[in-house]
Amino acid sequence: MLAQAQKAIRERCGLIRFDNVGLRYGLEPEVLSDVSFHIPAQSFQFLTGPSGAGKTSLLRLLFMSLRPTRGQITLFGKDVLSLDRREMPMLRRRIGVVFQDFRLLSHMTIFENVALPLRVRGKEVASYRRDVSELLDWVGLGDKLNALPPVLSGGEKQRVAIARALIDQPEILLADEPTGNVDPPMARRLLRLFIELNRSGTAVVIATHDLGLMEQVDARRMILSNGHLDVFG
Amino acid sequence: MSDQDHRSPPASPIVPPGNIAGQAMALVVAIMSFLACLTVGGVSLVGQSAATWQSQISREATVQIRPARDFDIETALAEAQAIAADYEGVRSARIIGREETLGLLEPWLGSGLGLDELPVPRLVVITIDETAPPDFAAMRAAITEAVPNATLDDHRAWVGRLVAMARTTTLAGLAVLALVMAALVMTVVFATRGALAGNHEVIEVLHFVGARAGFIARQFERRFLVIGLQGAAAGGAAAVAVFLVTGFWASRNLTSAENEQLSAFFGDFSMGAIAYVGVALVVVLVGALTMVTTRVTVLRVLYEIDEKRADPSL
Ligand SMILES: Nc1ncnc2c1ncn2[C@@H]1O[C@H](COP(=O)(O)OP(=O)(O)OP(=O)(O)O)[C@@H](O)[C@H]1O
Ligand SMILES: [Mg+2]
Repeated sequence: MLAQAQKAIRERCGLIRFDNVGLRYGLEPEVLSDVSFHIPAQSFQFLTGPSGAGKTSLLRLLFMSLRPTRGQITLFGKDVLSLDRREMPMLRRRIGVVFQDFRLLSHMTIFENVALPLRVRGKEVASYRRDVSELLDWVGLGDKLNALPPVLSGGEKQRVAIARALIDQPEILLADEPTGNVDPPMARRLLRLFIELNRSGTAVVIATHDLGLMEQVDARRMILSNGHLDVFG
Repeated sequence: MSDQDHRSPPASPIVPPGNIAGQAMALVVAIMSFLACLTVGGVSLVGQSAATWQSQISREATVQIRPARDFDIETALAEAQAIAADYEGVRSARIIGREETLGLLEPWLGSGLGLDELPVPRLVVITIDETAPPDFAAMRAAITEAVPNATLDDHRAWVGRLVAMARTTTLAGLAVLALVMAALVMTVVFATRGALAGNHEVIEVLHFVGARAGFIARQFERRFLVIGLQGAAAGGAAAVAVFLVTGFWASRNLTSAENEQLSAFFGDFSMGAIAYVGVALVVVLVGALTMVTTRVTVLRVLYEIDEKRADPSL
C-alpha cells in the first residue's frame, strides 16, 4: 500500500519538483526567484541560459549541495527541507552528478575515480572491474585506466567525470557543461552516450550554453534568465 | 579483453597517502609527546625522592645533652640511653663516643683539640621502628626529668618541613604536567585538524558520490590514528631513551663527593615503573585523541556541507 502510494506521488511529481524556489547569496538580489518545474522520470532536458544566470546554482539545489532561500524542493517524493541528514546518502546514490570543475581525486587512478561510487557502496573490485573498464572504453579512455587525473587533458578529465556519474546507473543524471572542454565530434559522442543512458531509463538534465549541442536533440529546454525559468516542450 | 589484461595494481587508499601535512603533524605530536613524557618522568622522580627522604629521616631521633659545670656528661649519656632503649618501638640507642664526636666536628674546629677543653654537646642516636614509632612525648618527659640538660629531637619538624616541601614540589610538578597535557591535547587537536584541512576536497567528493558519514569518518580515522601513534611512539621512545641515559650516567658518575648531595636529593636517578606506565598512557591518549578529533572534524565538515545555505541570514 505504502509503496504504491509513494509510486503514485512520484509519478505525479516526477523525480524532482520545485515549487516557487528562490535563492540568493548573502544580501545580493535573488539569483533564482519563483522557480517552479518538475522533472519527470526518464525525461531528457537541457538547462540553459547566459553565463551567470544560475545554472550551476540550480543544479546544486538539485543534488542537495545548497539549500534554497525559500520555496519547496521535492526529491523522489521527499521534502528536502525536512529531510533527515542520514537519509541524504541514499538519495544521493540515485543521482549522478558531473561537476563543472570535475572534482576528480588526484591521488587515485582513472579506474579508481570512476569506481569510487561503487566502492563507497561497499562493492568488491572483482564485481565491477569489467563494468568500469567497459565504460571507460566507451568514453575513449580504455588505454588510460591507470593514469592519474593531473596528467589528463581537460576533455579527458571531463569524460572521467561523466563515467563516474554514470557508473552506478543513477535514476537521474545532472551534468554541468559536460561538453565544455571537448571538440564537436567528442561532444556528439558524449551526447549520444547521454541519449542512450536516457533510453535505458535515466532522467537527464544537461546544463549548457552550447547551442550546437542542443540543436542535435529535440528535448525539453529549461531556459534561465534574470532569475526566472521558462520551460519549453 | 580478458580480466587478466587490465588487472590494476592494489587499490589506492581513499584518503591520500602521507603528505607534508601528515609529516608535520607527526613531528609536532612527537615533540609534544616527548615533553609530556619527560614531565611525567620528572614528576614521578620527585614523588619517589620525597618518599625516600621522608622514610630515611623519620627512621632516627637524637637526644642532645649540653655540657655544664660539675656535670658528669658520660653518666647522663648512659642514663638517657637506658631510658630511650626501654621504650617500645626503639630498635637501638647508641652513644656517639668522644672520638666520633671529635671526628664530626673536625671539619669545623680542626684537629688537636681536647673535647674536655670545649663545652661540646654530645648525642645519643635512637633508631626507630618506622612502622610502630615510640611515644615521643612520654620519652621526652622521662629523659628531661632524669637529665635536665637533655633535649629530644624526634626530627618531626624536619620531617614536617620535608613532607610540606615534597608535597609542594609534587603539586607543582602535577600542575606542570596538567599544563603540558593540556598543550598536548590542543596540539593533537590542531595538528589533526590542520592535516585534515587539505582533505576537504576528498571529503566533499566522497559525500557527493553517496558515501555515508560513518564510512568517510572511518577512512580518515584509520589514517590519522596511524600518524598520531607514529608521532607519539617516537616522542615516547625518545623520552625512554633519556630516562635510561640519565640513569646510566648517574650510576657511573654519582660516586664523587659533590654528587652525593645530588643523589641524596634524587636517589639514583632511576625511573620507577610509574614513569614508564606514564609514557605508555601518553601514547594511548594521543592515539585516542587523534581518532576522536578526526571523527568530530570530519563529521562537522559533512554537517557544514549538508547545512550549507546560500543565504546565511536564514
Ligand atoms: N558561492 C557563491 N557565493 C556568492 N555568489 C555566488 C556563488 N556561486 C555563484 N554565485 C553567483 O550566482 C550567480 C549564478 O552563478 P552560477 O554559477 O549558478 O551561474 P552559471 O549559470 O552556472 O554560470 P556559468 O555558465 O558561467 O557556469 C552568479 O552571479 C555568481 O556570481
Ligand atoms: Mg556554471
